[in-house]
Amino acid sequence: MKKVLLTGAALLATMTGSNAYAERDYISIVGSSTVYPFSTVVAERFGKSSSFPTPKVESTGSGGGMKLFCQGVGANTPDITNASRAIKQSEIDLCAENGVKDIVEVMVGYDGIVLAGSNEAPQYELTRKDIFLALAKVVPAQDGSETLIDNPYKTWKDVNPTLPAKKIEVLGPPPTSGTRDAFVELAMEGGCKKFPFIKEMKKTDKSKYKALCHGIREDGAYVEAGENDNLIVQKLVANPDALGIFGYSFLEQNADKVHGSIVEGQAPEFDAISDGSYPVSRSLYFYVKKAHVGVIPGIEEYLAEFVSDKAMGEYGYLADKGMIPMTEEEYEKVVDTVENLKTISAK
Amino acid sequence: MTDSTMTTRQKVEASMRRRRAAETRFRLYGMASVLFGLLCLVVLFGDIFSKGTSAFSQTVLTTTIEIDGDYLDITPDSSESDIMSANYDGLIKRHFKNDVQPKGRSEARSLFSLISSGAGWQIQSQVLEDPSIIGKTVTVDLLVDDDVDQWFKHEYGNDSGSVRLSEKQLEWITGWIESDALKTQFNTTFFVNGDSREPELAGIRGAITGTLLTLLVTFLLSFPIGVAAAIYLEEFAPKNRLTEIVEININNLAAVPSITFGLLGLAIFINIFGVSRSTPLVGGLVLTLMTLPTIIISGRAAIKAVPPSIREAALGLGASKMQTVFHHVLPLAMPGMLTGTIIGMAQALGETAPLLMIGMIAFVVDVPGFINDPSTVLPVQIFLWSDSPERAFTERTSGAIMVLLGFLIIMNTAAVMLRRRLERRW
Repeated sequence: MKKVLLTGAALLATMTGSNAYAERDYISIVGSSTVYPFSTVVAERFGKSSSFPTPKVESTGSGGGMKLFCQGVGANTPDITNASRAIKQSEIDLCAENGVKDIVEVMVGYDGIVLAGSNEAPQYELTRKDIFLALAKVVPAQDGSETLIDNPYKTWKDVNPTLPAKKIEVLGPPPTSGTRDAFVELAMEGGCKKFPFIKEMKKTDKSKYKALCHGIREDGAYVEAGENDNLIVQKLVANPDALGIFGYSFLEQNADKVHGSIVEGQAPEFDAISDGSYPVSRSLYFYVKKAHVGVIPGIEEYLAEFVSDKAMGEYGYLADKGMIPMTEEEYEKVVDTVENLKTISAK
Repeated sequence: MTDSTMTTRQKVEASMRRRRAAETRFRLYGMASVLFGLLCLVVLFGDIFSKGTSAFSQTVLTTTIEIDGDYLDITPDSSESDIMSANYDGLIKRHFKNDVQPKGRSEARSLFSLISSGAGWQIQSQVLEDPSIIGKTVTVDLLVDDDVDQWFKHEYGNDSGSVRLSEKQLEWITGWIESDALKTQFNTTFFVNGDSREPELAGIRGAITGTLLTLLVTFLLSFPIGVAAAIYLEEFAPKNRLTEIVEININNLAAVPSITFGLLGLAIFINIFGVSRSTPLVGGLVLTLMTLPTIIISGRAAIKAVPPSIREAALGLGASKMQTVFHHVLPLAMPGMLTGTIIGMAQALGETAPLLMIGMIAFVVDVPGFINDPSTVLPVQIFLWSDSPERAFTERTSGAIMVLLGFLIIMNTAAVMLRRRLERRW
């Protein structure tokens, strides 16, 4: 008993001792679960091929990562945050408020969002307008007038006569997910804007426009299947009538089970996403706290590894993991940003 | 014959049938619920085991390769850092290029992609272990890429081809299979490596070490505190409204959703005390909060079970209250307390929710050495793998679940054994 108490006391002593730590010898990375698979690969290779310890990568989601990142400067705040979207002005302000003034934005590459179906089902040919009409909460009335009604469509054929008469059933991520944000922004809003009177609304009543274009129906046609994309793939295999929304890397890994639907005449393929002809794709980023460069060991070397040709290049190992590389000019710009550590405000 | 003319015995006999039927029905219901529970367990275990057993074997390619000192620019007398930084990947690529003779760059690329990116590290560690093999030709079992591994373990022999491998790649692989170079062996990597983004290099040692360190912190804090609280509340505390409130709150605390403790940990330990995120230390502190109520409650039950005659006898012979408790009550209550502690620990072992908030959902490659190193724990590792795109992680997820279940079974059995062996009944 005494021994146990003694060890407990010793432990408490080390605990209080650890408060005094100021140094951290490994890089701390937080942020988006979409960028996580890519930044972890780089982190691992960096750890193995350099004398620095392997960086710690946390998967907190883009928004959660920004919050931690903007908490301040110091060893107990992360050095880098990953994001599946660009940093918002409000986040830049929050950072500045807490003393994080110099932020370096590094674009990583592209990620395509696919609407996939089981290989046992036929491939759908969709337009963004179809996607909007099938999944929005309220849609313009069928008679062509400018009245808005609750989404009446039950089957894909109702939406567009060329589509099969299958029940609309789409499995997708919940609102907390960055993939959902991007899907809503790129696919839904893209289709929503095709209605001229809605496009007008953007200028006159922005919040109504947003609510209309970003509102996903809640009557069971859109099923929130959780953040786990593997689960969506499994559900699609079990239910060939449904479609699922997830990132391109999962489509690529499961090509024997699922296929991507054609959107605007373009199937989600590697080349089509990288040249932008597949419309539902987004850029991925990470943000570096410049104040930590040179303080936490290894940040510069980690950045160099990330933007090296063998990682980020066209045939780099990130591309093997399903990331879509950017164009040559964009790449050169990124390399330049990293080499000179150009901060956002100085852009 | 009417009711009034029936004797009591006749009445009882008349109702017997109904009563027996009710009893049989109840037994059947009971059996059905037990069977249902068992069935769920069998389905769950069956699913996990059928998916997970293949995680314990790994495909390797046996090849004889010359450790060319000239190419690597090292000799057996070279310094360790020179040996570490030599280009082993290049050596392997050159070896397979000479061996298979691929045509052109893209074919060579698709050939190299069949070998794990960890193969270079394998050769490196062999050379580091025994530098005298430099310049010699050695036989090594190189890890293959996860796509090859999955194909060989699951699809080979189905004639269905493969989506992830091209015709040409399959041709090379078939060649290797025919010459008996490709085979599966026990997956030691799975137990000795930390996490990795390459499934064939990923292991659970980092997670297991993290789990053990976290549980160590939890145990060292929660056991003494829990036992002290239980003893005080049961033996010393005056029975008044205040202690009653404390009691009720401890019971409530045991039912609080575990994520709440995570939030508390984030607010207090990380934000106020500045303990670093993602460490077994902060994980253990949070799990201590979670297990304390369990330990206090079971500890109090164990103390209550010690008959008052023991206390009275001790007091009667002149022992002080303190001596009574520490010399007589506590030793007798200890088995029960330990059982409760083990069960609390087993709960903590399977917990992920509170760790979400304190940054333990992290990719950590290096195996943690102390409670201050970044680390992750087994359930979190399972969560992370289940969310990885690579197919080969599916079986590793199930494999890791099997290991976790193993730990849980061991701990719970230990609790039961302890109770059986040491508990005294009066």
